[in-house]
Amino acid sequence: MESNKSDRRRFLKQTAALAGVAAGAGLVAKAQPASAQPQHVHNEPPRRGARYSLDHLTHYTPLQDYMGIITPAPVHFVQQHSSEFPEIDADQHRLTIHGMVDRPLSFSMADLKQLPSVSRVHFVECHGNSSPQIHNPNNSKNPNMGLPVQYIHGMASCSEWSGVPLSVLLNEAGVHKEASWLVMEGGDQGKFSHTLPLGKAMDDCFVAYGQNGEPLRIEQGYPIRMIVPGWEGPHNVKYLKHIKVVDQPYNTWNESMNHSVSRPDLGGKARWYHFQWGPKSVITRPSAGMQMPKGYVQITGLAWSGAGRVSKVEVTTDGKTWKEAKIQGPVHSKAHTRFTYDWAWDGQEAMLQSRCTDETGDVQPSLAELSKNWGIALEDWKKPERPRAIHMNAIQPWKVARDGSISDAMFA
Amino acid sequence: MRCSLKVLVPMMVLAAPVAVLAAQSRAFPNVGTPLGQAEIQAFDHMIGPDGKELPVGRGTSKEGAEIFAKRCEVCHGKNGENGITHHLVAGSPGKPFRGPFYGVEKDGPSYFPYPTIAWDYINRAMPASNPGSLKPNEVYSLVAFLYYRNGIINENDVMDEKTLPKVEMPNKNGFVPAKPVYPPAKNPSWY
Repeated sequence: MESNKSDRRRFLKQTAALAGVAAGAGLVAKAQPASAQPQHVHNEPPRRGARYSLDHLTHYTPLQDYMGIITPAPVHFVQQHSSEFPEIDADQHRLTIHGMVDRPLSFSMADLKQLPSVSRVHFVECHGNSSPQIHNPNNSKNPNMGLPVQYIHGMASCSEWSGVPLSVLLNEAGVHKEASWLVMEGGDQGKFSHTLPLGKAMDDCFVAYGQNGEPLRIEQGYPIRMIVPGWEGPHNVKYLKHIKVVDQPYNTWNESMNHSVSRPDLGGKARWYHFQWGPKSVITRPSAGMQMPKGYVQITGLAWSGAGRVSKVEVTTDGKTWKEAKIQGPVHSKAHTRFTYDWAWDGQEAMLQSRCTDETGDVQPSLAELSKNWGIALEDWKKPERPRAIHMNAIQPWKVARDGSISDAMFA
Repeated sequence: MRCSLKVLVPMMVLAAPVAVLAAQSRAFPNVGTPLGQAEIQAFDHMIGPDGKELPVGRGTSKEGAEIFAKRCEVCHGKNGENGITHHLVAGSPGKPFRGPFYGVEKDGPSYFPYPTIAWDYINRAMPASNPGSLKPNEVYSLVAFLYYRNGIINENDVMDEKTLPKVEMPNKNGFVPAKPVYPPAKNPSWY
């Protein structure tokens, strides 16, 4: 609780600083007065986060602390770019669909709730989760970084989302046959925008108004957000307000700049439009920062893939020999899947890792494999200014020392 | 309203089957409210890569410099450099930065593959304290100023709805795939 309180104080201080900047500039500030507190639907404080810059706020999911596959809504990760959490009056909020459609339409919340609904369990994961930058305990922007697993892989969460299939809404509007993409815009101050191909939109995307049985929380996009199952986080536009049907990708600021990365294997060109997450897993307990007890240990963690269901999870305790872990149901498509592995620690050095295989047969790569693919030399990860990487799904090694301490061995 | 019957009747004949088709294809005709063109124009500010939605307007880098100092400098620093957020300049007047973009150069408009992206974002989302408050001429001016500081256009080039989409971006070939498609080319998941 203490650390939560101090995080909250820091958050408020920084928010106040931001408001101060705006006021000091003599701008016409819609910004709140310095004393205003961010309002949360259920009065939950922002948890365990970091404000990296004026326009970038992150809360990390405490993966090490929770069980099962559902992330409690208040600790679902948050990536807020370019704005504070907007306070939207749900009664006044409208979702519009226009552009290349026969019948441009506006939907109220009552309209959306009147339409056929679905509830599905899906992970949402930031494209930058597990990146070499957030692995770094020396990251000057956040002294908490590096430990525990929360700050390394905690920009991934999993919820039961409820809402209206996007295909239902698009059918109502009547999409032109020449149309091929959508561009979505949020109702936040920064007008967070993202492009989505029509094929995916008609497949399994939905406009969600519920999360784990309750209305979306403000930091999760209240009153509505897009859910794009299995794809990189930024597609899941929060505070969803406008959908424009178009015939080409719109390459908005967010996706051109924030959601692309220059890669040596591409001659320094930037890879963008990654879309789908590959197979991924991480041992959440025991993990870095914890103390390993002698004797029986249940190793447990989460596995997921943007391609579908997890079909197999393997665990190694010596860094070499892989053994199949137990998959604990339910197993949903494009969702966190809990795995367990019974083990006994004998007091010797160990290297704990997990490896996910999904239903398409795709296997989670090691850092060495990814580095080779991306044209990055393994030594480069050890430089103080590490290469940037997104779309990171490398196997996570946790090193157990003889004294039982556990550390992050990904780049060690 | 003063349509003659000669015109109106054939129009009705043509429109009727379309209307019937449209009505039939709606599964939930009682849900949602039709949007008129005026309503759409009031909120549709999204500008695509070809710039066809750009509003009429014009601006120069000199005009942009003044607006930048008043509205943008507080966060982005003098001339878009060394501010508290988003360093906006890579390269210099006459010398565009051509990459590769591994660091802070990625933060500014030199990185964008299309000239319309900066216009669209500034127009919809800037300044952060009062997004949407800039007039089209101001946005054209700011883009002219930033592109001049980044060495993308000349100091006296006028940016308007016709010239802006034709600006040659130094990093226009810097993205893979060059033209995103769906479904994407079959690549391994790490790619």
